[in-house]
Amino acid sequence: MSIGPEDIRKIAILARLEIEDDKVEKISGDISNILSLVDQLQNANTDQIEPMAHPMDASQILRADEVTETNQREKLQSVAPNTEDGLFLVPKVIE
Amino acid sequence: MLNKTVKELSDGLAQGEFSSLELSQYYLERIKRLDGNINSFITVTEEQALKSAKAADELRAKGQASTWTGIPFAHKDIFCTEGTLTTCGSRMLENFIPPYDATVVSNFKNAGAVCLGKTNMDEFAMGSSNETSFFGKVINPWSNEEQLVPGGSSGGSAAAVAARLVPIATATDTGGSIRQPASLCGLTGLKPTYGRVSRYGMIAFASSLDQGGPMARTAEDAAMMLNIMSGHDSKDSTSIVKDVPDYTSQLNNSIKGLRIGLPKEFFNEHLSPELQAILQTAIKQLESLGATVKEISLPHSDLSVPAYYVIAPAECSANLSRFDGVRYGHRCDDPKDLMDLYTRSRSEGFGDEVKRRILIGAYALSAGYYDAYYRKAQQVRRLIKNDFVSAFEEVDIILGPTSPSEAFGFNAKGDDPVKMYLEDIFTISTNLAGLPGMSLPAGLINGLPIGMQLIGNYFDEARMLNVAHQFQSITDWHTLAPENIALNNI
Repeated sequence: MSIGPEDIRKIAILARLEIEDDKVEKISGDISNILSLVDQLQNANTDQIEPMAHPMDASQILRADEVTETNQREKLQSVAPNTEDGLFLVPKVIE
Repeated sequence: MLNKTVKELSDGLAQGEFSSLELSQYYLERIKRLDGNINSFITVTEEQALKSAKAADELRAKGQASTWTGIPFAHKDIFCTEGTLTTCGSRMLENFIPPYDATVVSNFKNAGAVCLGKTNMDEFAMGSSNETSFFGKVINPWSNEEQLVPGGSSGGSAAAVAARLVPIATATDTGGSIRQPASLCGLTGLKPTYGRVSRYGMIAFASSLDQGGPMARTAEDAAMMLNIMSGHDSKDSTSIVKDVPDYTSQLNNSIKGLRIGLPKEFFNEHLSPELQAILQTAIKQLESLGATVKEISLPHSDLSVPAYYVIAPAECSANLSRFDGVRYGHRCDDPKDLMDLYTRSRSEGFGDEVKRRILIGAYALSAGYYDAYYRKAQQVRRLIKNDFVSAFEEVDIILGPTSPSEAFGFNAKGDDPVKMYLEDIFTISTNLAGLPGMSLPAGLINGLPIGMQLIGNYFDEARMLNVAHQFQSITDWHTLAPENIALNNI
């Protein structure tokens, strides 16, 4: 499977990444190489094989529904780039 | 103090040969003097370390010291440390000071060990040479006239331990990131069974593959580290509820009757004659201790790298979507709208390799491709696991190479990412299967260390460490140090 510069631009938007114009060719070449490596998977017979999500096929451990976390808003927001009155600031979304 | 193992340092502290403060000062001095040429540390926490060392000495004076009290070490900069910069090797987290400790970090604190700093790494643990770190490349202390890579992504931890800047360090492994640098730096490193060590506070790359583990010089030290790193953690829903054995208790067991499997897919014509010879010698030595060997087959192992380069990027693209410039991490200047905020913050914060993997992952998970890539890779993953399950019906442990070659030069792999990805060809399958794997020094090629890999059954770390310790009791590869740097005693 090869992937062209237009595909790369489309995926970049999905992934919220900006790819400089002069790098698009190189990146689509690199990713096409990686995808041709990945294409070897198509040779494997996987009929009736259940996809494996967890190596131990472990199930989710449940705990009692009790409050365990205390409010640490100030501490946790101390690493945020831009806050005001306990809120995260972003550019205006709704006019 | 230079070449003492954790076990020996612990004994030395107990017998009053030196204090924790003296020990930490000794290593901090080495870091100051030598790390300028190695770049294995991103942050050195001298003040904090001296404080913990004094506290350790006070504890000892009160008769309350235990094995780890006052032992200096370093954390890979992927583990969140409360109040201490944690970058994951990325500009994205250049100023990130976590408000909490990773569970592995708490474990070392509770044991009384003294953290000297945070080690350099490939950005977000994506790389096999440490060339992708935003904080500059790490130089392998074994470098000769040419500068060599330490391996990656735990290259900072490996270089620091190899140069005797710390006796041990923590590390993480998603596709070989503990074992490959251990191989290239002449160390003993172990990736535990998936779920053995808590991932809480360990910055995520590929959640179903990531696992923390020890980077040490000896199997005994690795066992001691695993003792405090392992165990169920309610904060990591994928960690396994299972008792933690004392990993040091079986080290001295005889390996008579041990059945070692040699996968024919690993010992093929692509394996260099030098490495082939080193592994054959190691096998003979293990046989001399009473082990038996048998050829086995892992028929799907050639599909490990292809499956990995769907699963790991897919999980990475999902995990790294949390970096949005809003809650933490890099934020661009003057965003004009929300899309601009996300896109520019991420584009400025991530390096090329990280971006490449996010793009692959986003593509593999996008509408119309999910079944062909992600689902298919997860099916192949089960085939790879089933190969191992069958093999472990016939043998107790699997032996093979760790890395295809000894340490290489910077830019040696050119700019084709696939060449670098093949560096992990022997290590990736254990991550996909969730099995424990370790690398230990097995010889020298062109004067540079090279490791052999042991792969164990699920939760069979104690047996792997036993085999490694027995091998180290009749060989001295693990005692070798890079001459130019490490033997430079103060």
